[in-house]
Amino acid sequence: MASEFLRVQNLTKTFGTTTVVKGVSFAFGKGEFISLLGPSGCGKTTILRMIAGFENPSAGSIVVDGQDITSLKPNQRQLGMVFQAYALFPNLTVGDNIGFGLKIAGLPAEQRRVRIADMLKLIGLSGYEKRYPYELSGGQQQRVALARAIAPSPRMLLLDEPLSALDAKIRVSLREEIRAIQLDLGITTVFVTHDQEEALSISDRIVVMNAGSIEQLGAPHEIYNKPASRFVASFVGQLNNIDAIVTDAAAKTVTIDGQAARVPALPADAKGPVTLTLRPEVLAVGARDGNDITLAGTIADVTFLGSVIRLRVSLGRNMVSLDTFNDQRTVPPARGEPITISLAGKDLLVLQG
Amino acid sequence: MNNNRLWAWLIFALGAAYFIVPLLATFEFSLRMRRGEYSFDAYASVFADPRFAASFGYSVLIGLCTIVVGVLVVVPAVYFVRLRMPWLKPFMEFITLLPLVIPALVLVYGYIRLYNSSSLIPLTGSALGTDILLTGAYVTLALPYMYRAVDNGMRTIDIGTLTEAAQIMGASQWQIIVQIILPNILVAILSGAFLTFAIVIGEFTIASLLNRPAFGPYLVGIGTNRAYEPAALAIISFIITWGAMGMINLLGRFAPRTSPRTD
Repeated sequence: MASEFLRVQNLTKTFGTTTVVKGVSFAFGKGEFISLLGPSGCGKTTILRMIAGFENPSAGSIVVDGQDITSLKPNQRQLGMVFQAYALFPNLTVGDNIGFGLKIAGLPAEQRRVRIADMLKLIGLSGYEKRYPYELSGGQQQRVALARAIAPSPRMLLLDEPLSALDAKIRVSLREEIRAIQLDLGITTVFVTHDQEEALSISDRIVVMNAGSIEQLGAPHEIYNKPASRFVASFVGQLNNIDAIVTDAAAKTVTIDGQAARVPALPADAKGPVTLTLRPEVLAVGARDGNDITLAGTIADVTFLGSVIRLRVSLGRNMVSLDTFNDQRTVPPARGEPITISLAGKDLLVLQG
Repeated sequence: MNNNRLWAWLIFALGAAYFIVPLLATFEFSLRMRRGEYSFDAYASVFADPRFAASFGYSVLIGLCTIVVGVLVVVPAVYFVRLRMPWLKPFMEFITLLPLVIPALVLVYGYIRLYNSSSLIPLTGSALGTDILLTGAYVTLALPYMYRAVDNGMRTIDIGTLTEAAQIMGASQWQIIVQIILPNILVAILSGAFLTFAIVIGEFTIASLLNRPAFGPYLVGIGTNRAYEPAALAIISFIITWGAMGMINLLGRFAPRTSPRTD
């Protein structure tokens, strides 16, 4: 990590009697792409709005590039922001929208024109400067909003669910574009989203939030592979929960619907029923090298997803999902067929809390 | 044509006739100044009267002042209530409806008591002071219309997010109102302005009791001692009012389009 650029310290926000952000602290380096990920009402947007200056923190501080901005007005913070609802000025052309911040900053018209042209080129909308926002598609409007936010060269870029109003295909292409531009400019970016796939695909680090607190902070692969809590495990990615009975905690053995398995992660004091979790992709159809647990079951459901086939396998009381690649030379398995699946015991996590 | 449509048209025709027949009758009467034939003599007589131009000019001037003051009062008030103090909105609605409930006569007597020449603020002591008082009274009178026009205009744009978008780019509150909010609700403001204008041009009670040479008292004065000119004047003021309404309609087409495509 580069030197510390954004530091949020003990940030708290209370509305009436409800505390929506509870003493949140984190720090990030310059040029990092940070996602605040969580379900609705987890406080992620409130944190972003406090960084932007639209909400006053009840307690705590926000420091950007060594400057405490906690009590500064939004127009004194030198930040750029993209909103969920585009928020382009309907009365201004694309060019004037992009140049708005530059005009406010007092940049001469000629320099403004050059900067607007650069920005339009960056977002691939050269030649659109005379159009009005209503003449653009949602994706184009959001690209203009992005250009408008970065035109004045802000210290940091804030993105408040900028993709959620767009359709699926544009969402993917625009998020890749946003990431490419962010890497190109090296601008520190805070991105708020409730979409775990979005967060995993473009972030350097993710702050997973729940009920006003941080559940886990880490790189996407850390969040996905080593979820710190049951909440993170279930919120980020698909997850199989398996009810098992501890047979011998010292030997780390359990039974899953009557079938024996060894779970290296089992705590020594575990007894009775436990919940094990694992990702669908660590399960394999049939045996696979390195998989030491084999379970027999019945196919309960088959979902054809194109390149991937998702199977739901009943092991008895437990139901697990697994993905298998679509092989064009074979017929997909059918519902009701018996199936053997395998996994590595070390991939099973025992979730606490 | 089915039965329902027939009834709908019939009711529409009856309603329209209720407004149009008296208007046509007035117009027809205004053309009968010359005996035995139709002519525009009554209109010529009206336009030839110097008091017509003077009172009309005065009312236009007061109308313009009323619009300016009204916009300066209403736009920031609606903006801040919508943005910062939404809980004040029902109170605002109530206050702006009061001029519709309180008769103009009560209003003007109240003003005269408050601002007479022996009061702390003796506005009625001079012509200019009375003009200021008259403008203030008209701002109040037009408040229900101006407020609703501006409020509707602000409802069509997301002023909260637009304000934040401008703020984060460094704009001050004043820059936001002038460069972003005003241009986006200009059409709404203009429709409020034309309604205000229509009210001011025809207003009689307040102008008369404050003894100002406005168009309303002139119309009534003419009505009491002439036969055909009042009819011609009624048609003229009707055309002015409807011209203002037509302008509102026309300007509505130039309203900024705010609904984005989602494709």
